[in-house]
Amino acid sequence: MAILVDKNTRLLVQGITGKAGGFHARSCMEYGTNLVAGVTPARGGETFDGKIPVFDTVFEARQQTGCNATMIFVPAEFAADSIMEAVDAGIESIICITEGIPVLDMMKVRAGMAGSPSRLIGPNCPGIITPGQCKIGIMPGYIHKPGKVGVVSRSGTLTYEAVWQLSSRGHGQSTCVGIGGDPINGTSHLDVVRMFNEDPDTEAMIMIGEIGGTAEEEAAAWLADNCKKPVAAFIAGATAPPGRRMGHAGAIVSGGKGTAAGKIEALQAAGIEVAQTPADMADALLRRVARG
Amino acid sequence: MNIHEYQAKELLDKFGVTNTPGGVASTPEEAEKVARSLGTNNLVVKAQVHAGGRGKGTFTNGFKGGVHLCKTANQARDIAAQMLGHTLVTHQTGPEGRVVRKVLISQSVEIARELYFAILIDRAISAPVIVASTEGGVDIESVAARSPEKIVRMPVNPLYGLLPFQTRKLAKLLGMASGEMRLACKLFANLYKLFIRSDCSMVEVNPLVVTKGGDVLALDAKFNFDDNALFRHPEISAYRDIEEEDPREVEASKSNLSYIGLDGNIACLVNGAGLAMATMDIIKHHGGEPANFLDVGGGATEQQVTEAFKILISDKRVKAILVNIFGGIMKCDIIAQGIINAVKAVHLPVPLVVRLEGTNVEVGRRLLNGSNLPLVAATDIADAAQKVVAAVQPA
Repeated sequence: MAILVDKNTRLLVQGITGKAGGFHARSCMEYGTNLVAGVTPARGGETFDGKIPVFDTVFEARQQTGCNATMIFVPAEFAADSIMEAVDAGIESIICITEGIPVLDMMKVRAGMAGSPSRLIGPNCPGIITPGQCKIGIMPGYIHKPGKVGVVSRSGTLTYEAVWQLSSRGHGQSTCVGIGGDPINGTSHLDVVRMFNEDPDTEAMIMIGEIGGTAEEEAAAWLADNCKKPVAAFIAGATAPPGRRMGHAGAIVSGGKGTAAGKIEALQAAGIEVAQTPADMADALLRRVARG
Repeated sequence: MNIHEYQAKELLDKFGVTNTPGGVASTPEEAEKVARSLGTNNLVVKAQVHAGGRGKGTFTNGFKGGVHLCKTANQARDIAAQMLGHTLVTHQTGPEGRVVRKVLISQSVEIARELYFAILIDRAISAPVIVASTEGGVDIESVAARSPEKIVRMPVNPLYGLLPFQTRKLAKLLGMASGEMRLACKLFANLYKLFIRSDCSMVEVNPLVVTKGGDVLALDAKFNFDDNALFRHPEISAYRDIEEEDPREVEASKSNLSYIGLDGNIACLVNGAGLAMATMDIIKHHGGEPANFLDVGGGATEQQVTEAFKILISDKRVKAILVNIFGGIMKCDIIAQGIINAVKAVHLPVPLVVRLEGTNVEVGRRLLNGSNLPLVAATDIADAAQKVVAAVQPA
């Protein structure tokens, strides 16, 4: 069953006529995702790759194709508006890849989305993949295998590392969700682990986090009280100097808060197996599973 | 992005946030002029550097202290002469210190009470939050540890902003008398406006003072800006002082690379911030010291990769380089071509360990093998870390 996306998902790509948007729309299509539409204002009427209709607006794309997910490749300056356009059109899953959206814009998006049935994943995220069924994002499809491990992560390439380790050991993934590296985003670790907990296809989870904020601690507290499935985690940034933004807008230790050590402590207190190094992520989960 | 105290003052003035009268000076003569124009014999001269601990710092010319009180314009001039063009070392500058190019001459005030007032973004609730305390003039973290009940936290609804009743409530919680409320509320409201209109990630006024004369003003203000929003704030970007930044980071920013300089001798070139942090972590785990954080990102061009490589090679501290790429958007053949071009442009002086995986990996590996570059190939991330740490050990 997996979570959020599967072979029935109908994908729209906002920004499909751009270089990155087009490249990744094609890549998702090649993976087997059901790409049904693209949107770029003023380019309506064109066809992408000879088969996918391009519309001027999301509401038209929704009306004409019934798309129920969107992948947003719109520049940072305009991306918040694109998210709200998708929300307005009722698109159920909104995956925003764009990095660099101002924090205050995202604050308004969150406030504006309150009560909406749409789910936003990201921004500044690699996307989401249910292996074998649907890829919405920039991840390399070939490293993934269908299976039973749910993966949730703030990172892109560090997630691929974990997935590669799992696949190499014969353990596939139910769904991999990249929630992105921004301090204010649409979906948290906690949101995703709740879904994994409910999903009959997910039997174990890997949570990948990094310095900054308290998302991992919140997820750990909930998992301790509510989840019987085995969970492993890795926190990046133990060696990052305080007060510096480490690439991701959200990866910053501020006023002593959001340290890797603090997160690791909270995770271990919740009975979660924490990988000592990024090479150890899949093995950490296998150790936890072996403990029973 | 950090800004100088005198630039912070400019911002405060622009938004009508009351602060102490003063002016910036680049020469002792200018300092004398500014001091005279203030029309007071209660002056303070402050060295302008992007670092705290100025008061207790020492200049390399022997002059002690980056903050000095004085009584006359002539004294201000003489103090400025001891500071300008000289190097100030504080516990935050590192032993090499910072050259002082400007000083701020301000009127010193008679403080009745010192308060703390900050505005930050609370990620957990996705909203701005005011953090305030009657315990100003000290490190807020120690207040939080000793007396958490003395800290007020007031979230602001992002849709309405800071409402007038909230400013009045804050004033009361901070012990303002009825007669002081109007000035305090105006300061809070204007500071909030500054925060939002300048896309700040944090504003910290410590101390916010009530003077013996009954004025309410910001004695010192520190700002952090949302880097993601600088594109829409040319006026803030203009405040950037390149001399205060790590030269390696300045070079990297010219090529739009995400780079942070550290103190070690193993340079890293990685795609993705999480993987870059994790690469630093695993190098350390295996006994090495990372020289930097560098994320070439998903959309990096061959040119950027070449520039990144050149910056790493140009750092004399670097004794080995680890390239760790897991290609999603980033294609392994682009990385490989970038490395080849960089090494051709600049002679490779140190061992290079390369670990590639992901999109177009076979093409990338073929390119590297075919180039006959003296590099060490690694299979996975642990293998890569072990190999690069071994490469810096003495033979």
